[in-house]
Amino acid sequence: MNGATYSSFLEIAAGLVILCAFVTLWRRSLRAIVRTLAVQGMALGVVAIVLGVHRRDVVLIVVGCLVVLAKGLAIPTLVRRVLANEPMSRETSPLVNVPSSLVGAGALTFLAYGATRPVVALVSTSAGRLIPLGVATLLIGFFSMVVRRKAVSQIVGLLLVDNGIALVAFLATAGVPLLVELGASLDVLLVVVVLRVLAVQLWSKFAVLDLDQLQELHD
Amino acid sequence: MLAFVLLLIPAATGCVAAATPWRRWIGWLCTASLGFVLVTGVVLAVLVVHRPALSAFGGVLRVDALSAFMVIVIGAIGLLAVCQSVRYLEREVSSGRSSARRATLYSVLVQGFITAMLLAVVAGNVGVMWVAVEATTIITTFLVGYRRTREALEASWKYVIICSVGIALAFLGTVLVYLAALHAGGVTHVSLQWTSLMSVAHHLDPGVMRLALALLVLGYGTKVGLAPMHSWLPDAHSQAPAPVSALMSGVLLTVAFYVLLRFKAVADGALGVGFSRMLFVTAGLLSLAVAASLLLSQRDYKRMLAYHSVEHMGLIALGAAAGTPLAIAAVLLHVLGHGLAKAVLFLASGEILIVEGTTEIDQVKALLARRPALGGVFAFGLVTLLGLPPFSLFISELNMLRAEVHVGLGWVAAISLVLMAVIFGSVMSHGRHMLFGARPDGEVAHKSPLNVSVPLIGGLVACGAIGVLAWPLDTLLRAAAMVVVK
Repeated sequence: MNGATYSSFLEIAAGLVILCAFVTLWRRSLRAIVRTLAVQGMALGVVAIVLGVHRRDVVLIVVGCLVVLAKGLAIPTLVRRVLANEPMSRETSPLVNVPSSLVGAGALTFLAYGATRPVVALVSTSAGRLIPLGVATLLIGFFSMVVRRKAVSQIVGLLLVDNGIALVAFLATAGVPLLVELGASLDVLLVVVVLRVLAVQLWSKFAVLDLDQLQELHD
Repeated sequence: MLAFVLLLIPAATGCVAAATPWRRWIGWLCTASLGFVLVTGVVLAVLVVHRPALSAFGGVLRVDALSAFMVIVIGAIGLLAVCQSVRYLEREVSSGRSSARRATLYSVLVQGFITAMLLAVVAGNVGVMWVAVEATTIITTFLVGYRRTREALEASWKYVIICSVGIALAFLGTVLVYLAALHAGGVTHVSLQWTSLMSVAHHLDPGVMRLALALLVLGYGTKVGLAPMHSWLPDAHSQAPAPVSALMSGVLLTVAFYVLLRFKAVADGALGVGFSRMLFVTAGLLSLAVAASLLLSQRDYKRMLAYHSVEHMGLIALGAAAGTPLAIAAVLLHVLGHGLAKAVLFLASGEILIVEGTTEIDQVKALLARRPALGGVFAFGLVTLLGLPPFSLFISELNMLRAEVHVGLGWVAAISLVLMAVIFGSVMSHGRHMLFGARPDGEVAHKSPLNVSVPLIGGLVACGAIGVLAWPLDTLLRAAAMVVVK
């Protein structure tokens, strides 16, 4: 594909990743949030595939397909199973309301552009200019872990952090070496499995849904 | 190749444990595998101390003096903890608190945990190091939550969430280091090999490296338990079974610190020592301050030990900030001494919990009179950890302070001495509550079984011995320090 098509494909896919991050803050239905996460995972895979096609790098295309499978399908399915156990599938009482969250996310995006200036200056390609979007996704993930109180929301926040980092990795270096990439993806998958088991145990044994209910341990 | 065998043995033992229902001999087999790790660590140390590093699989595994030293640390503390696990599991199974299946799960996870830590220290590739450290988080989550009480599940939830975020930041830091290496001028072949990063260190982009090192300190610092990312540590360490707390506090924290030391060496090449010194001093002093303030009013002795680990991690961060060969050698000696003493104390606190049935400091009284052996071990362990002579922590703390003064961080040494004095006072007063006092009338002095006291006393003796006998550890420490100091 020629240069212009390549950059616009890349921009659309990376833009979709950050857009999904905003949507997770906007929606309150946990099911809708998990669906958004699936879209984000697929967009991330597309970023890798577009980069792979542009660089004629077969390994990167394969990695991109794996990302679509893992982050677009497998992980959202795992998270959805936790929701099956929860009677109330809405984020009812976030610490910060939706409009303020969106404003906060906007501010974080600015912060991301500021913080990544040395990185963007070093890379100086059309992919490199999109790196702040990955960092912004990461920061929004952090933010949503802090202000959202449902166990599932925290898992979603963690996955946003992870997707943001993966986006930076693809855009900045066209992916770290394959061995590390696979190890990292497997780790994320396992973390989600672990969190799912814990969430199910907390719910089935102690009827804990909100993390505010977890306050046994303190000094 | 020896490095590969080193990983293979604990992993294979884990497989055996997985395939067989739990019996006592499985526990002893696991103990034997840790004995093998310790011996291999010593052999590796002898092989690499004055010679170039060993590597296998094209550099994926690489053992230099620093790695060999960490293998010895893992072997020594792992041996203590796994040996005590036999007793822990036996009691859990016989009391019906856990089934044989869960005992199997425990053994398999502990073996996996140790294999992952070994992989982290013998990996030559910083990406593989990252994968191994992340694997320890996943494996230990279920060990922290092993008792499946509400508190234990809460602790493991916090543990996995906080550490996963931390380790994700460390991944971003690793990616940025890789990016800087890709753009380093005049380099043809770039990889995540630590040696290749070291060789291009001087050409790495300073702006990107500053961002990368900050993320790495934040990320791996979470696993080390440095403030302000320490909040998972007291919960996880107080809820995990005692042998697991011993392993986590004794070695897991310092394995993460080991990875930081490697990255610090790379970043110092690109940025000079100033930037990393600033980061490590901030994290170290903050950790000491947090530990001092939370130890003052601590009511739970397992949490007391956990905050004490935060203090010691702060101390080694300050030692690393000084960064001279003397300082790094002292940091490494401190890693070993603290690991041994903390493991002994956590194991002893597990015994105290069993016989006294409480983790409250106020509820435990007159241990020395009522249970001389256990109380004695606890008392000596505390004395060791507080850095009194002749134990090795005294020497390492002294050397770290000397090095800090030497490089112009005298004010840091002064602040840390004040905070250490506060911690000393509060731990002494908590210890006095638990240890001294008269035996209530009609209660006879309890004897501790030999299989409890012998390993614990052994650990303390080892800790004393490495303090008194400098040789042969001294040579290894100096060689290991030279790996990360140029």
